[in-house]
Amino acid sequence: MEKLQQDAIVLAKMPKSLNKKEFTYCPGCHHGIVHRLVAELIDEFNLRERTVLVAPVGCSVFAYEFFNVDGTVAAHGRALAVATGMKRARPDLFIITYQGDGDLAAIGTAETIHAANRGERVTTVFINNAVYGMTGGQMAPTTLLGMKTTTSPYGRRPEKEGYPIHIMEIMRELPGVAYAERVKVSKPQDVPKAKIAIKKAFYAQLLDLGFGIVEVLSTCPTNWGMDPVEAGKWLDENMVKEFPLGVYVDKVTEVMKEKGVK
Amino acid sequence: MGEKVMVKGTEAIGEAAIRAGCRVYFGYPITPQSELTEYMSRRMEEVGGVFLQAESEVATVNMMYGASSVGARVMTSTSSPGFSLMQEGISYMANAQLPAVFVDVVRGGPGLGDIQPSQGDYFQIVKGGGHGDYRLPVYSPSSLQEAVELTIHAFDVADKYRTPVVIFADGMMGQMMEPVEFPEPIDPGTIPEKDWALTGAKGREARYVTSFDIDPYKLEKMNLELQEKYKKIIEEEQKWEEFMTEDIEVLFVAHGTVGRIVKSAVKIAREKGIKAGLFRPISLFPFPYKRLSELSEKVDVVMTVEMSSGQMLEDVKLAVLGKARTPFYGRLAGVIPTPNEIFEALMKELRR
Repeated sequence: MEKLQQDAIVLAKMPKSLNKKEFTYCPGCHHGIVHRLVAELIDEFNLRERTVLVAPVGCSVFAYEFFNVDGTVAAHGRALAVATGMKRARPDLFIITYQGDGDLAAIGTAETIHAANRGERVTTVFINNAVYGMTGGQMAPTTLLGMKTTTSPYGRRPEKEGYPIHIMEIMRELPGVAYAERVKVSKPQDVPKAKIAIKKAFYAQLLDLGFGIVEVLSTCPTNWGMDPVEAGKWLDENMVKEFPLGVYVDKVTEVMKEKGVK
Repeated sequence: MGEKVMVKGTEAIGEAAIRAGCRVYFGYPITPQSELTEYMSRRMEEVGGVFLQAESEVATVNMMYGASSVGARVMTSTSSPGFSLMQEGISYMANAQLPAVFVDVVRGGPGLGDIQPSQGDYFQIVKGGGHGDYRLPVYSPSSLQEAVELTIHAFDVADKYRTPVVIFADGMMGQMMEPVEFPEPIDPGTIPEKDWALTGAKGREARYVTSFDIDPYKLEKMNLELQEKYKKIIEEEQKWEEFMTEDIEVLFVAHGTVGRIVKSAVKIAREKGIKAGLFRPISLFPFPYKRLSELSEKVDVVMTVEMSSGQMLEDVKLAVLGKARTPFYGRLAGVIPTPNEIFEALMKELRR
């Protein structure tokens, strides 16, 4: 038995930075994938013992329980103010906020823009699934035009409900931002790319370059009224058109090269 | 204690916080307390602390939440409308049991109101302006020396009970100049480490600081813990001053700068042969009900004076419980009552 274990090649294991607690997310929701990527990176950077995670109000309100790191849950929209307070008081800590679209791009817009513009040395993972998930599928700031939600039953109309807001495009205008990229995880080949993006947002903080943010286009099968496969397809066909993937700010890669870090 | 120096109220409170070992300040400019924010922007740099001007009071209180949760002694100062904006965050901090000191330099309201001294935010500060079952220790100084001492005390109470604490000041307190004797500064390194703070899960299990539990039975337990704490605060943290109360026939009750003005009214009354005295609550929560109740047994009239429409008056009535008449005299919206008009108000009541 011992011999067997020694010879075994580990193909998959739980990251140390995730708890064994079962996720409460719906089938087909992308939170689970993104949680895992963040946890793997905390492990790989050996940051678990100095990480503090700020969970938002929304579906990922329990995120602080799923991660095996110190954590809190901020008031709705205020994660980046909380993170600012933590990092300013204890610059040696590694601070991550994990926020949804309602939290980051509606009620918390002021905190988001000002923390980014100040170049707070914190890392934000921004889940954009175009609805308010926790409260039952209401219209989000990122809801697509024409998309029906429980508070836009006629479909989002620009003249009544306005347009979806583009956070990465706003980030591009803020000098405090060191890394901003929009990714998705709807196909297996997207996942390693998303991980590299989050890694660079970690480096924005670790190399003291500025604010790092990664927007992950995500599904919400439950509130979209689709099965997980359909939802993934819908994301690829519709959300990517409205929210183009790609790197919006990168002051990190060059410094990584200079310092010889990967 | 060092030598006496002439300082402005806002600066006295700021310097007291520094001497209490506070090294993190977040704030947003608002009259009549902006000088305190300005003072901290200079002073924090000198002592190697953190000063950050936030984008709003909403951001300010949440930055405090963050700094406090990682173990820092943290403070802000604001004025009424700004304090209103902080209420949500204060409620979160109360349930997450996060220590912090808030200085509210109260001005005339409601709404935009004006920028003159007022006590019209008593309900909001003392009874809880945010949601849920929480209380905050509140101290109301009547001189700059007392403001210095109470500010330092506020940090100790905040840490001891893991709670936000409020210094209830007003525009008069903020703008006046007085000689003050500062105590020797505390070395922030000597403040005991907080064994609940989020410092990274090194050599221990990961820990959480939240105001949240989806299970009502667990949340009720958290609530009961808070209530237990408030009970202890009520038992141990009452503060008040009695002025010429040994032989009273009538008793004034007033807090903060109004307490100071009423002392002059007491002297006027005494010159006219009326044995008046003053009971000045210093802690507004916990309100010193018991002592005021005892004193009210000696008199027929307990007259409350406030720069409000009669908010503390409700606590006075709860203490007096009908044992004496409880008339009220107040000025609103930033108008400061004079000793003479307070004396006249008393005479009118006594002639009834």
